[in-house]
Parts: sequence; structure tokens; C-alpha cells
Amino acid sequence: MRAGEGIAGAVPRAGLRGSGAWQRGAWLWGGIVAASLALAAWVGPVPVPKALTPDMAGWVSAALRWLVERADLGLFSFKELTRAIAAVIEWPYSLVRAALVDGWVEGRGSRARTILQPLSWIAVIAIVAAMGAYARSWRLGAFVGACFLYLAVFGRWESAMVTLASILIAVPIGVAGGLGLSIAAWLWPRFERALAPILDLMQTVPIFAYLVPILFLFGFGPVAALIATVIYAMPPMVRVTTLALKSVPPELGEFATMAGCTTAQRIRKVLLPAALPDLMVGVNQVIMLSLNMVIIASMIGAGGLGFDVLNALRRLDIGAGIEAGLAITALAIALDRLSQAYAARTADVPMSAGASGGWPRRHPWLSTVALVILGTALMGLVLPPVASYPAEAVITTKAFWGDLVKAINIRYFDDLEAIKTAFLTFVMLPVKRFLLALPWPWVLAVAAFAGWRLGGAPLAATGAALGAFVLATGLWEQAMTTVYLCGVAVVIAAFIGIPLGILAAANDTAGRVIGGIIDTLQTLPSFVYLIPVVMLFRVGDFAALIAVVLFALAPAVRYTAHGLRSVPPEMIEAGIVCGCTPRQVLTRIRLPLALPEILLGLNQTIMLALSMLVITALVGTRDLGQEVYIALTRADTGAGVIAGLGVAAIAIIADRLIAAGAAHARARLGLQRGTP
Amino acid sequence: MQHRPVKLACRGVWKIYGPDPARLLAGGARPDLATIRASHHVGAVRDATLDVGEGEIFVIMGLSGSGKSTLVRCLSRLVEPTAGEILFDGRDLLKASRAEMIAIRRHKMGMVFQHFALLPHLTVLENVAFPLEVQGVARPTREARAREVIALVGLEGREGHYPRQLSGGQQQRVGIARSLAVEPELWFLDEPFSALDPLIRREMQDEFLRVQRLLKKTIVFITHDFDEAIRLADRIAIMKDGALIQIATPEELVLSPADDYVADFTRHVARAKVVTLGRIMTPGPAAEVAGALPAHARVEAVADRIEGSPLPHAVIDEAGRVIGHVGARAVIDVLIGRRIG
Ligand SMILES: Nc1ncnc2c1ncn2[C@@H]1O[C@H](COP(=O)(O)OP(=O)(O)O)[C@@H](O)[C@H]1O
Ligand SMILES: [Mg+2]
Repeated sequence: MRAGEGIAGAVPRAGLRGSGAWQRGAWLWGGIVAASLALAAWVGPVPVPKALTPDMAGWVSAALRWLVERADLGLFSFKELTRAIAAVIEWPYSLVRAALVDGWVEGRGSRARTILQPLSWIAVIAIVAAMGAYARSWRLGAFVGACFLYLAVFGRWESAMVTLASILIAVPIGVAGGLGLSIAAWLWPRFERALAPILDLMQTVPIFAYLVPILFLFGFGPVAALIATVIYAMPPMVRVTTLALKSVPPELGEFATMAGCTTAQRIRKVLLPAALPDLMVGVNQVIMLSLNMVIIASMIGAGGLGFDVLNALRRLDIGAGIEAGLAITALAIALDRLSQAYAARTADVPMSAGASGGWPRRHPWLSTVALVILGTALMGLVLPPVASYPAEAVITTKAFWGDLVKAINIRYFDDLEAIKTAFLTFVMLPVKRFLLALPWPWVLAVAAFAGWRLGGAPLAATGAALGAFVLATGLWEQAMTTVYLCGVAVVIAAFIGIPLGILAAANDTAGRVIGGIIDTLQTLPSFVYLIPVVMLFRVGDFAALIAVVLFALAPAVRYTAHGLRSVPPEMIEAGIVCGCTPRQVLTRIRLPLALPEILLGLNQTIMLALSMLVITALVGTRDLGQEVYIALTRADTGAGVIAGLGVAAIAIIADRLIAAGAAHARARLGLQRGTP
Repeated sequence: MQHRPVKLACRGVWKIYGPDPARLLAGGARPDLATIRASHHVGAVRDATLDVGEGEIFVIMGLSGSGKSTLVRCLSRLVEPTAGEILFDGRDLLKASRAEMIAIRRHKMGMVFQHFALLPHLTVLENVAFPLEVQGVARPTREARAREVIALVGLEGREGHYPRQLSGGQQQRVGIARSLAVEPELWFLDEPFSALDPLIRREMQDEFLRVQRLLKKTIVFITHDFDEAIRLADRIAIMKDGALIQIATPEELVLSPADDYVADFTRHVARAKVVTLGRIMTPGPAAEVAGALPAHARVEAVADRIEGSPLPHAVIDEAGRVIGHVGARAVIDVLIGRRIG
């Protein structure tokens, strides 16, 4: 970059100094890359000595076995504890499941007699439609109702209700638990300090890795799946709540003190209500994460739509897979829109002061819904189609989808294959070979050095220690495969996502369209992404890569657009006054100023990519995720946990390095952080 | 005006922020500004001593960052002072237990905040009734009381509105009503009108004076606006870098500022707004007078009347005794800024 051009001319010294540092940095990292290439070419991989890879998996397995078989917590044993937890969850779950799916049945086997039918599909649709209309508008009500109607018409009703039953149990537990933990953190700073690293870890440990020990502790079945779901969906609620409680204006806290509130009054009457709009955002997240996890937890017996997908994937039944995937999509979008509408409602319209009159008049919505439930239940006794959607009227699209995909595959087989092969040969395999050929001491050294450059000695120690942990798992090769797949996916996601973000920021219409697509993509459970890629590219690294890129794209787009939009308008005006062309305004002013934000977006992209990578184990990658998946299928607790922690270690290294880099960039530009 | 009983006093109060505030004050040390800064501490309040009389409007004035908010929070113990005592009716608040503090705040203190601090999820009525609600007062009683204070601040008819549906001025009226709902003895206001437009601000000041004439609370009022201070105050304390520079009536401040810093504030103030008749009268009775005026009347308020009369006016003290007289000449001296006193 030459100083004296465009805006740089106005601040030549700053420009020069900035580019000097850039240049030195570029030389340094260029040198490191060159050295790596040389090492990969002439030295090659170094075997990891046995002494450095202790049997950590064995220790974990033994510890868990001890917990289950021996551990005594004083009054009761650990096993009794897990049984109690399971029982506490089992009871409400079977109740909700009875209401939505099974109905109440007396007796067993052939003598079973249904006492009460489950809720009619008409009643459920009426309930969700009424919720939509109440929360926002009749349009939303109609939309949500249509989504549910889709489930009935296309024959996915029962699976969807099983999934919904799990969500209806997991979400209240997740929300209540999240609230409880963050209130405790608010009350006792020491508890908060202890909680923070645990939350970090929970958010970076891949999903499958949760499943393994839970499978071991709670066995196969819906309850184990529910527990996994709650554990997975709770941390974001804790984070959102903690942040929301902290961002209540301090004057409100002072007011609570001056009004003479006790601690309980302060929390219940002042802080929580004032934070409610933010908390509802957290509730939305818990709902969507629960859905994501409930689908995946079909591997440990959650059943429902996830099981349909899993089954179809295993049998490579294309039509069934797409159908189940679309059903999940309908459910996800309906739940997302509904909970977002509720969140917006609490922010806009405070709970309306009670109208007068009798109960039905004061609660018009509830009474209407109650009427529909009662009416359909009675009608269901005489009219079976009201009780459950008539099988004759189910439309199946399996054949259609199957044929369509077959047609695409026949028509475009060569093209698809050519793309795949070219990409594998020229991009993926070289990167993979390069990374796998690196001697591990050099990789550890680079991780530590990067930490030192960006965050000083503490970060260097973190990088080295986590790298050493990955080495000690004895899964170095799989770990480097993970790094390779994740790295390639992130680079591609950045190449697609950043330009999309620039476009979204430049043009309002484009921004709305892109935003809409990205939002929808983000509501889809990760499982769903596997379906189209398997259809088109079958199994292997390339299919996995596409799924990961699609899943991880959103933050790159969103943070870029947000970063560009939040560049202060005076700076842009200053640029225009200096005579910058629109292009120069973008490259000289907006992009550099948005850099920290873009880095944070990439960070999120990496996190999402890692979490998706683990799931792509189902389509046959050979990375750490595959290790976790294998451990899951063999119920090998130790191996699963250790491989999962390996992924977490990689995620934490990436996260810390990039966060430090973004902080650097921010400090150099003298910027404050806002949230997208 | 100085013979009111003392309601609230603070003695040698310090509030120091930083790594180890206690060490700086160890053994009764009184570090100066430079020492505090050199050790990377912030002296938000330094050795503040003041008395607030019963029924007095005591204004604390200073630039932003001078420590006003911290001082008033020390007085209400929202902030724990590093050292000193706060005497409320002669009893040291800093020795009160948690439960005692809750009781004192519930029944004897009210506070109005700069950014209103209204609860967004409650209606005007519920906001105003809130301090009574946390005391466990039954709904009918607390709502009746809330309606009274809402009427007092002129918001009848808005009881069912939510804060966001009100203008800034109206929101602060709610804040004022809420702080008065428990009939506090001590009323703290931290820059209550600073977030409002100048015109609304003036209207709110008048409103505040009207309410105070009815209720006669003991008031600590914070502002960074010297004009506001002069309009409202019985006495003003000027604060700078955490220390109280001068505590005096508006008249004394203007006529004899303690130092250049205070003089900078007072220089552009029209004398007639602060000077009282007691200050410019000629002692002793006049032979013939047009009428009687109180000694604490400000010149601005009575200038027309005195100028319009050929005869001087008698000046009387609070007990109604004639203590002097004042004629047009003395008033004109003040108005055109000739030296006085
Ligand atoms: N919690 C705190 N921690 C550290 N410094 C503080 C804190 N609160 C106030 N200060 C500092 O104390 C000084 C006085 O602040 P404040 O009382 O808010 O001033 P004012 O209300 O007059 O604007 C300021 O320099 C401020 O930065
Ligand atoms: Mg202040």
C-alpha cells in the first residue's frame, strides 16, 4: 500500500506505520508457512512416542465405571442419583407424550384399552395458530398452522409430535436451569468465576461427545436423550441471562435498594422483569438448540423426526430422508418464528392489564383453545379422522424426491463428479497431505508462537498446553484431519460469506433477502444439512465439506454486514470528501474498520464448522468426529470423551487466538465493541 | 434561615476507588489529590463535611465527574464510604445493620434518578405503588396512596400508561411521584432534570418548588447547572475533584465566592436573581413607607414594585418586625450591576 493515495494521504504517518507493522507481520507469517512447507516436504511426519500418549480414555472409562458401580454420595449412591434424575424427567415426559402421541392406555398388550385419545391434530394446529395470532398477527398464526398442517398432510405427524414432546420438556428445564445458574452467578461472583470455564468447555465440546457418557449413565432411550438435550441447550441461556442481568441499568438496581427491596424482591420484581426482553431471546435459543439436539439425540433413543432422518441416511433412502428433512425444517421454522414473536411481544407490549368480566371474557384466547380441544376430543370419539389424520389423505412425496434426485444424478453425474474430483485433487488432498506431513513438534511450536505474538505468555502457554493435550490423546492424525477439513471449510465459507456480507451491507434489498436466507439456514438443525449433500455427493470428505460450509456460513455473512454497517458515518463522509471512489471507501475505510468484527465472525464460523464436522462423521470423514461417533456406537465412554475433548481443545485454541487478534485490531483502531 | 435543626449531616466522608483505598486513609491520613492520583486511586469524595437542615433544599453543584453522585450515594449508603460518618437524625447510618438500612430506606428516604429508573414492565400506577408493594402494603391502600401522589405531580389520567408511552418530563414526574409515595423525610434527587429539554426543565423546576412548598421535605438536590442551583437552593455546596469548595446561600456565593473556581460560575449570574432585600436595605425604619416586604425576598421578584413607588418599602424579618427599609435607588444599583455590600 502506497501512502499518499486516497484517504491515506490525509494521515500519511498513521498509514505508513500501519502498513509497516502489516508488512513485518506478513513477512513473519510468510516465513513460517515457507518453513512449514519445507518441513513437510523434507522431514515429514514424526511418530508420537508412546510415552506421550497415556491411556486417558481408559482412565475416563474407569472413572465413570467407578461412579456408576461404586460411588457413594453419603445418603445415596451415584446410581440412585442418576435413577432419580431419570425418574423426575420421565414422569412429565410420559405425560406430554401421552397428550401428543400415545393417549392414555389402560392394561397391556392385547387387552390394552385406550381411555383417552391424544390431542387431535386439529386441536394442536389450532393451539399453535392461536399462539401465533396472539403473539403477533393472524398471518403468523396462519403460517405456523400451515407448517403444522404440512406435518400432518405429509405423514410426519407422529414423529413430529414425539420430537415436540421432547422439546416441550427440555425447554422449560433448560430455561429454568439457565436462569437458576445465572442468578446464582449474579449473587456469588465466585460461583460465576467457577462457572465460566465450564460453560466455555460445554460450548466447544462437540455434540456427540455429550452423548457418550450420558448413554453410559442413563442408558438408551428418550430420557437419556432429554438429559443430553438439556445439558446442550442450557449454557446459552446462562450466558444470555448473565449478560441480561448485568445490562440492567445500574440506576434500576439503585432504585431497588432505595425502595428497600430484599434480595429476593430485587431479583424477582426488578431485575428479571427489566431483563425480560433479553431473556426471551435466550428462550428462543434454547428452543432452537433443543430441537437441534433432539434430532441428533435420536442416536441414543430420542425417536421422532431425527430417527426418521437417521434411518433414511443409514438406508440411503433418498425420498424418505428429504421428506423427514423438510418436516424438521417446517417444525424448526414454525418454532423459531413463534418464539421470536413472543420475544418481540414482551419487548413491545407489556402484559395487558386485566380486562374485566368472567374468566372466558378475560382470557378469550385460552377459552377458545379450550373449546377447540374439547370439541375435537368429543368429535374424535365418533369421527376417527378428527382424532388422527386419516391415512388415506396422507400425501407421500418419497417417490417424487427419489426420482428427482435420481434424475439430477443421472443428468449431472459427470458434472458433479468432475467438480468433486477437481476439488479433491487440487485443493483438499494437497492441504490434507501438507498438514498430515507436518512434524508435531513444529505444529505445537507454531501454536505457542502464535499465542505469544497475539496474547503474550499466558496465551502461548494455553496454546502449547492444549496442543499437547491433543497430542496426548494419541489421535494426532485424526486431529490434523479435523484441522484440515475445518480449515478448508472456513476458508471457503469466508470466500462466500464475506462478499455476501459486503453485498448485504451495501444494498438494503439484498440485505433483506440475504438476511432472510441466512436466518432460515440458521434455524435448521445441523442434521438436516447432511441430507442434500449425501443425495448429490454421497459420502466422503467432499460431501462433509459442503455440509460444513453451508452450516457455518451464517456468522461470516452476518458479522461482516454488521461490521460494515457500524462504521461511523463521519468516517465515510470524510472519505468521500477526500475524493474516494465508492470502491476506495469500501477497501480503504469500511473494510479496515470492520476488520475486528469480521474476525469475530470468522471465529464463530470456526466454532460452527467444528461442531458440524463431528456430525459429518455420519457421512464418513476420518477425523476426530469419526472417533467420537465410533465410540458412541460402541458405547466406549472414555474414547468418546477424550476425542470430544480433543475437538474442544482445537476449538479453544482457535477461539483464543482469533479473539486476541480481534482485540489487537480493535485496540489499534481505537474501537469499541457492539453486538451484531 | 440558618436556625433549622440538622436533619442529615456528614462528617469527614471519603470515598476512594482503586486497588487499596483503606491503605491511603490508614491512621486517619488525609491524602491530597496528587497523592491519591499518584497511587492510581480515584478520590471520588474527599473529606466531605456538611449539614442539611430540616426542610431545607440543599443543592450540590459541580461539573461532571466532580463526585456529586458518589457523595449523594454515600449519604443514602448506596455506596459504602471509605471513611467518615453519616448522621441521620443524629444516628450514624454507617453503623446500621442491613435490615435496619432496609427499614430506613423503606420509610424515610426517597430518591429520584437522572435517567428516571422506571420499571418498564409496570404501569405508572404500579411504578408509583412499587415502594409500598415491597413493604407488603395491601393493594387497595397502596393504589389509593399512589393515586394521591400521581395527582400531586399532575399526571391524573395516565395511571394506566407504561413508561415508554410518556415523554421524558412525564417520566420524571412518575419518578418524583414514586419517590414521594412512602412520604420520606429525606429526599435525594440526582440530577433529576438534566436529561430533559431546557424548556421542560424550567417547568419541572417550578413544579418541584410547588411540591416542596406543600411537603417541606429535607432535600439533597444534585445538579451541574448553576442557574438551576440558584433557582432552587436554600444553600449550595460547590464541589470540585471530590472536595467541597464552598457551602453558602446563593447570595453569599455570588457576592463573595471563596475562590476563582467558584467566581467563574457566579460571574455571569444576574445579581438581582440572588441578592435579597435584607442585603441591600438601610437598617432602621423609614419615616414613611409604601408597604412591607420580607427580608429574604430576592430583588428580581420585587424590583417592579419598589421602583414603581415614590416611597421606600419597609423590610421585615420572619417574625414580621421591621428591620430596615429599601428604596428604588438601592434596587437600581443591583439591577445595573453597581458594586454593593
Ligand atoms: N465505581 C467506580 N469505580 C471507579 N471510579 C468511580 C466509580 N464511580 C465513580 N467513579 C469516579 O469517581 C468520580 C466521581 O464520579 P461521580 O460521582 O459519578 O461524578 P458526578 O456525579 O459529579 O458526575 C469520577 O472520576 C468517576 O470516574
Ligand atoms: Mg452524576
